[in-house]
Amino acid sequence: MRLYRLLIPILAIILAILLLSTPGFTAGKQITIKGSTTVLPIAQAAAEVFMDKNPAARISVQGGGSGVGITSLIERTCDIADASRKIKDEEIAKAKARGVIVNEIPIAMDGIAMIVHPSNKLSALTRRQIKDIYTGKVSDWTELGVGKGKIVVLSRDTSSGTYEAFEALALHKEKVRTNALINASNQAIATTVANTPGAIGYVGHGYLSRKIKAVSVDGITCTRENILSGKYPLSRSLYMYTNAKPAGEVKAFIDFVLGREGKQIIEEEGFVGLR
Amino acid sequence: MDIRTIRETVYRWIFAVLAFAALVFLIGIILILFKEAWPFFAQYSAVKALLGQSWYPTASPAEFGMLPLIVASVVVTVGAMAVCVPIGVGSALFLHELAGVRLRAVLKPFIEILSGIPSIVFGFFGMLVIAPFLQNLFGIPTGLNAFTASLVLGIMAVPTVSSLADDALSFVPASFHEASLAVGATRWQTLTRVIVPAAGSGISTAIILGMSRAVGETMTVLMVAGGAAVIPRSIFDPVRPMTSTIASEMGEAMTGSPHYHALFAIGLILFLITLSFNIIAEIVSRRFRLKLGLGR
Amino acid sequence: MNRARISEVLGFTLLWLCMAFCLFFLGAILYFIVVRGAPAISWEFLTSVPRRAMTKGGVAPAIVGTFYLTLGAMLLAFPLGLASSIYLCEYSPKNASVNIIRLSINNLAGVPSVVFGLFGLALFVKAFGFGVSILSGALTLGIMALPGIISASQEALIAVPQSYREASLALGASHWQTIKKVVLPSALPGILTGVILAVGRVAGETAPILFTAATFYTRDYPTSPFSEVMALPYHIYALMTEGTHPDEQTSIAYGCALILLAMVLAISGIAIIVRGRQRSSYGT
Repeated sequence: MRLYRLLIPILAIILAILLLSTPGFTAGKQITIKGSTTVLPIAQAAAEVFMDKNPAARISVQGGGSGVGITSLIERTCDIADASRKIKDEEIAKAKARGVIVNEIPIAMDGIAMIVHPSNKLSALTRRQIKDIYTGKVSDWTELGVGKGKIVVLSRDTSSGTYEAFEALALHKEKVRTNALINASNQAIATTVANTPGAIGYVGHGYLSRKIKAVSVDGITCTRENILSGKYPLSRSLYMYTNAKPAGEVKAFIDFVLGREGKQIIEEEGFVGLR
Repeated sequence: MDIRTIRETVYRWIFAVLAFAALVFLIGIILILFKEAWPFFAQYSAVKALLGQSWYPTASPAEFGMLPLIVASVVVTVGAMAVCVPIGVGSALFLHELAGVRLRAVLKPFIEILSGIPSIVFGFFGMLVIAPFLQNLFGIPTGLNAFTASLVLGIMAVPTVSSLADDALSFVPASFHEASLAVGATRWQTLTRVIVPAAGSGISTAIILGMSRAVGETMTVLMVAGGAAVIPRSIFDPVRPMTSTIASEMGEAMTGSPHYHALFAIGLILFLITLSFNIIAEIVSRRFRLKLGLGR
Repeated sequence: MNRARISEVLGFTLLWLCMAFCLFFLGAILYFIVVRGAPAISWEFLTSVPRRAMTKGGVAPAIVGTFYLTLGAMLLAFPLGLASSIYLCEYSPKNASVNIIRLSINNLAGVPSVVFGLFGLALFVKAFGFGVSILSGALTLGIMALPGIISASQEALIAVPQSYREASLALGASHWQTIKKVVLPSALPGILTGVILAVGRVAGETAPILFTAATFYTRDYPTSPFSEVMALPYHIYALMTEGTHPDEQTSIAYGCALILLAMVLAISGIAIIVRGRQRSSYGT
């Protein structure tokens, strides 16, 4: 019994120590960045380096997809929206209705690579074939002449800018087949393709690695040069959107991303810096 | 009235008011769900939504056919029960009949530990260990499917079913057991023909509550079920239950948009399902206690 | 051996297998998470912030975030839960209110965690305007924890022998004095066990904080109840689904899972010890 009498003061002391030892509650503006998982590695790496150089800065980074970012910008729950697709007209209208003036800042270029498992003999696809696979007309690898088995089609969920860009560039707005496996991010698709011999998926150029194999589209490979020159058919721009022209810390961060160090980070993460 | 009586009455009233907090929160949840789900049902016919087979919330025009999501939840829950009922009831029977007092004291904490493991850890384990293993074992295209989800969910529900079933078994009077043995039945016959039927309602309650838990589980299915919003043709097809739909799509649904209200509508359906399970379990359990003469 | 004996042997073997399967699965989870998570754990892991796109450094902000969320949840749930159970057990009125409250608690306990998340989103994040914050998350988690605390406290209060109360009243103490000075202290171990178990459950929850509190990456510790926070369970989810460098981040996720698992084991251990001592102190 006596032991339990002591328990409460002991717990209170432990609690006090824990509360006091973590940096206390002070005021400080937090820059919130939400959106595209394609842009996520850029945003996060940039945020880290920026915070290293500006200790007073506080940045919070989230993914969720371009749709989440743009929605948050319109609802004023984030300062910067990362997007791997252009904002839609109806979204600009919705923003205006809520008093948000959308300001578009392109930060990099990217190509959507079509990836398969390294053991897959496939090395080239036409846009027609991509569309047939993804809309359900082609379901087996034998139809493409590269081995047996069902094609495990991977796609992104509806909040993904990569998905929207893919839908526009490769599917011409037709619906993805209903039995496509939905993944939450570029990395999820890359990991699943790396682990599933019969899978096919699409990811941003920055997510290519030795564990997956990119195939050429209409004869053109997904490389930096081809993306920059516009030859690669599935190229797109990456954007950061803000509410009106950025000011204060937000401006400082955007300038950083567009500056020399930002470009270096963009290239390191596998994307193509703007010239 | 002296000061003491007044003080006593005041304390009693304070406690009474605070005690209704649970009711207030429950009503609050119901109100919010209805408020946010109502605009969806006002705009789209409920029948078309519940029976529609296309879930394309961001297409224009958006399609909100919830049938694949509902079927997915049903399939995964039924599958989970197929795993959970034998193992859960079996281990309860084991603890009740075969385990000595000491073995029981050792094993029950293990089941408790299993029940304390967070669902995210189960989903994580399922995604990284079980799914690849099953993928190789069965040679299927992907390990992230309804089967894996059912398996992991079933294990998650085992502690719930097991401990409730164990309680139900312990309520059966010892006289049942003794009388059965006295007329010459073996222990197994006693167990299966006397004890379990006597505890039947209690065990049913355990199963119903286990089902309620399985249908409401989110993180596990989010990571393991695969995410395809389509009615599965085989147990090895990826599916997208209602819970993971809400969790993965809520972030991009603009407040007040049809998608937002549609997700709340799904949440409302989910809530009503678990509510009915709980009410049925309550009724069954009450009859069980009356039958055994335990009063209210 | 006659038919009955054969059935019995088969039947009992089946039961052994059921129990064994449970233990096997538990063992498998513990094994994999400990073996793959232990390499990630270090003092640095537990106390420093994530670095290099979350492939190095530690998960301290997530631990701190989980701590604040749980603390906030308990600040809401404990007083309300204790008050409810005192009302139900000590004042047990003979009217319908007991049934209504009991039904509410049972049904609240059965609500799916993602529905709590929706509720928290609509009410705390949007309607009250708290935004995605520790406050919204803690309030949502607190409501989730309420039924658990009420059940545990009720059990603890019921376990106090009636003779204690009768003796106290016989000596002239008022009802409230009896509760405050006799019943509550005796029930304290059981109540604290309930709180600790609720802490364990709340700390591991992800769905309620998905839309109400959690963020993928923030370098610093939260500076106000209105900040977004990292949290251990959400961190596992985020790393696994959106992580940009899965090779290193998988082991970090295992490390987080190990921390959560260690917490669960510690809590179960405490609960067992307290229950054992309680039983011996009441002489059952």
